[in-house]
Amino acid sequence: METSEKTLEEILSLAAAHFKVPREKLSPDDDFFKTLGIDSLQTLDLLTRLESHFHVELPDYELQGVSDFRTLAGKIQARL
Amino acid sequence: MSVQGFKGQALSWQSKNGIIELVLRRGPCNELGSLSLDELEKFAAALSHLQDEAHALIIHSELKAGFCAGADLRELYQRSQGMEKSEAVRGVRDFLERIHHVLNTVDAAPLTTIAAVHGVTFGGGFEFALACDLIIADKTARFCFPELRLGLIPGFGGIPRLKRDVGNAVVRDLLLTGRSFNATKAQQIGLVSQVVAEGEAPRAARATAAQVGKFDRQTAMTAKKFIKPIPLDELRHEIDIFCQLFPRPAVQTALKKFVESKDAQPYLP
Repeated sequence: METSEKTLEEILSLAAAHFKVPREKLSPDDDFFKTLGIDSLQTLDLLTRLESHFHVELPDYELQGVSDFRTLAGKIQARL
Repeated sequence: MSVQGFKGQALSWQSKNGIIELVLRRGPCNELGSLSLDELEKFAAALSHLQDEAHALIIHSELKAGFCAGADLRELYQRSQGMEKSEAVRGVRDFLERIHHVLNTVDAAPLTTIAAVHGVTFGGGFEFALACDLIIADKTARFCFPELRLGLIPGFGGIPRLKRDVGNAVVRDLLLTGRSFNATKAQQIGLVSQVVAEGEAPRAARATAAQVGKFDRQTAMTAKKFIKPIPLDELRHEIDIFCQLFPRPAVQTALKKFVESKDAQPYLP
């Protein structure tokens, strides 16, 4: 089973690689909408990539209001 | 406009080697409004000629954002402003009748029809894909029926066609939660026939179109007609329900909220 910290690190690495942002620029408590500068379509894209990477389903409504990587990791961890 | 080929503002089509390709190309994500509908009607009219020389139709999008984000809600909202309720409902009903005619034409076309989708395949875009015989999705594809957030039901044939293809429990899940789901899930529930790598859906659709072209066409079309009935009564009923729901103030409020939203997930209530 993945630990929360490992899940969080994988999310940060995936987001950095996909949105071409240096990994060191991303912190667990960042607002990823602001840090990554992503719009609604890119948010869906990120959701799809996270589901595929972790082999989980993430209903949109569970992520509504989630804007930082740490909380996102917790939501994913709960489905692993 | 040539029947064999057309390049409009919202879409283009070309017929070559027995395969018609209809390409959606209106930014930001092929929202279906009056311009798209005009050009889709041109395509539906041309299809009756094109189908004599072709055995397959592939529909895909050239836009990075996705296949189609559904109805043009901004146009829908703006057009209904300042109208009497009865006039607004008449306009909506007319639009729905026209789009149903196009989708019924695609649904019943004596060709094997393939939607090759990627990215956003929401609402009317999902309904467009459901009118096809096969859906091939790349890994970025995401499907959703978000209409309930507006106080509406899908209006382009979504529920009857979804019911035709999957179990009622799946229909209820997708409709009542309004959640989006990915291509893998869509394949698991039987909606998508193939999931391919990012950007590969049109290529996979062409390979599939070449394969189906090997069979006797009359047999293939007899099989299609036998296995894929068009739920015409339910489609009519859907238009009536949509038009009953549309004039309610809650719908106008929800449309306004969506049009003015800057949320990252504007399709959620």
